[in-house]
Amino acid sequence: MTATEEARMTATQETVATAAERIHNVSAAAYRIRHHALNMGEVQGQGYVGQALGAADMLAAVYADQLRFQAADPEWEGRDRFLLSTGHYAIGHYAALAEAGIVPVEELETYGSDDSRLPMSGMSTYTPGMEISGGSLGHGLTIAVGMALGLRYQGSTARVYNFLSDGELDEGSTWEAAMGAHHHQLGNLTAMVDINALQADGKTDTVLRTEPVTEKWESFGWYTQRVDGNNMAELLQAFDNAAAQAAAVGRPSVILCDTKVGRGVPLLEEREKAHFMRIEEHEWQQCREQLTAGYEGRASR
Amino acid sequence: MSTATASKGTASTGTAPKLKTSAMIASFADPGQKTASAPFGHALVKAAQENDRIVGLTADLGKYTDMHIFAQAFPERFFQMGMAEQLLFGAAAGLAETGLVPFASTYSVFAARRAYDFLCLDSAEPNLNVNIVGGLPGLTTGYGPSHQATEDMAIFRGMPNLTIVDPCDSIDIEQAVPQLAASEGPTYLRLLRGNVPTVLDEYGYTFELGKAKVLRGGNDVVFISSGLMTMRALQAAKALAEHNVDVAVVHTPTIKPFDAATVLAEINTDRLAVTLENHSVIGGLFETVASAVVTAGLGKKVVPVALPDEFLDAGALPTLHERYGLSVQRIVAKVLAELG
Repeated sequence: MTATEEARMTATQETVATAAERIHNVSAAAYRIRHHALNMGEVQGQGYVGQALGAADMLAAVYADQLRFQAADPEWEGRDRFLLSTGHYAIGHYAALAEAGIVPVEELETYGSDDSRLPMSGMSTYTPGMEISGGSLGHGLTIAVGMALGLRYQGSTARVYNFLSDGELDEGSTWEAAMGAHHHQLGNLTAMVDINALQADGKTDTVLRTEPVTEKWESFGWYTQRVDGNNMAELLQAFDNAAAQAAAVGRPSVILCDTKVGRGVPLLEEREKAHFMRIEEHEWQQCREQLTAGYEGRASR
Repeated sequence: MSTATASKGTASTGTAPKLKTSAMIASFADPGQKTASAPFGHALVKAAQENDRIVGLTADLGKYTDMHIFAQAFPERFFQMGMAEQLLFGAAAGLAETGLVPFASTYSVFAARRAYDFLCLDSAEPNLNVNIVGGLPGLTTGYGPSHQATEDMAIFRGMPNLTIVDPCDSIDIEQAVPQLAASEGPTYLRLLRGNVPTVLDEYGYTFELGKAKVLRGGNDVVFISSGLMTMRALQAAKALAEHNVDVAVVHTPTIKPFDAATVLAEINTDRLAVTLENHSVIGGLFETVASAVVTAGLGKKVVPVALPDEFLDAGALPTLHERYGLSVQRIVAKVLAELG
């Protein structure tokens, strides 16, 4: 083996090690986000814990791996923008903001309380790091289009990420924005759709059938990837692919993430799925224990 | 409605030729009246030359809202959003979030009725400097309820943080545009486009955002008016002088926040008080004034000249303005009847 070959081999081994380490680190962030979400849910006694657990891997991939931000200066002009249009996912977003160091972990226990900076539905006017006021679904992607246009016009290299739920695909405005983003070739825009197949009134395919989702986004001209949104390796690969083709002018990118409501806590994964999940007082500790056992089990493999 | 129904399918047998609805955007300028061409478009270009944060957007109505003037002058600062009003105003908010000052145009009906949620939550709640430019306010088209924004102010007045401007003429528009760009928070401009009458230059008038202005004094009647109805109010005041009725005219182009102090000082006299607006009698200038009068405990009668609480007919603008009481002739008749 020549010195060059040896060096190359070492580099490959290092890449493999680094890739494994990266997945490990982001998975650890996802675990902490889930843990925070359970603690917040316990304070309220109920809430959108199921969604937060399902989306925790997506949020971890964004905040622990992808997003450029300065924790001490959430308004930093060069930051990438993360837009949460599903306001009720705020519980998961707050957990991610705490993981990112933008919101103090201790503050999470004020979630949904009077005078808290962390209201039940996410609003930009309340919370540092919260770019928009979501909640009225189907708004996020339209605002993201304007932000991406505005940043590009001003010569910024910042990217815009919009987190949507599959329920938001019911809204016509989402598709107005999908068309607009492609028309304006917003290569600095990445949409991520949490497909948990659940809406307020029941399963998505019984409320309003959105499938075939992949073909829809492809036909709108987006660079479309569909992954297991609870598989960190797949998620990071998809984000890397999106980043590799991101450009000031180019195709916008969408990552369709199939996720499981309650992911990481078998008790909740198996419970009848509900938009607003009821969890009994004695179950919270059990949820945390199941989460930790599952995480440690996987981490030790 | 009754008029349209009655004439449906009936051949015209009268001697006078029927007026035609003509183009969607019919001019309300009188024959021979002094006008300015596309005052909004030119004012926006001028403002944008001085403020490089100004950008323009439209939803497939650039040519019909005079936004095309801006698009030609600043193609790189103009964004066509297609016939998608929710995207138009969501994107306008997004542009404002990045520090730009967007002016976004469409027809008033689409802004008020179709995109309300996007204006309310994406621009008004975070108090962003998004400027809504609405064409065809009130009764300025003969195309019927799909295009006649007779209740736009009623819809928008309830939106916190939103400034509402109802300009009279080209002077108002030219002077309002830079002030709207400079003011914090969202605004709504009831656009007059095309060849817009120039009226207020004869009255030593300047537009000041949030201010009402007394255009002329008068001892018998006080008109409180906004929008194109200020032009009609001034014409009616001249016509009433021939009946020995002395009429004052107060122009209130800013509907919200409303200059109640100036208006109440003018109303709190023995003169007959009349409001005049190109809008439904529900929720516009009349109710704004009435609410100020009641709140101040004045116990004063106020007579509205406004569109009825109905879906209006299609037809030619002069026909419709006469039918619904916005014509000078109808205003004069109403005032004389009130005075007995």
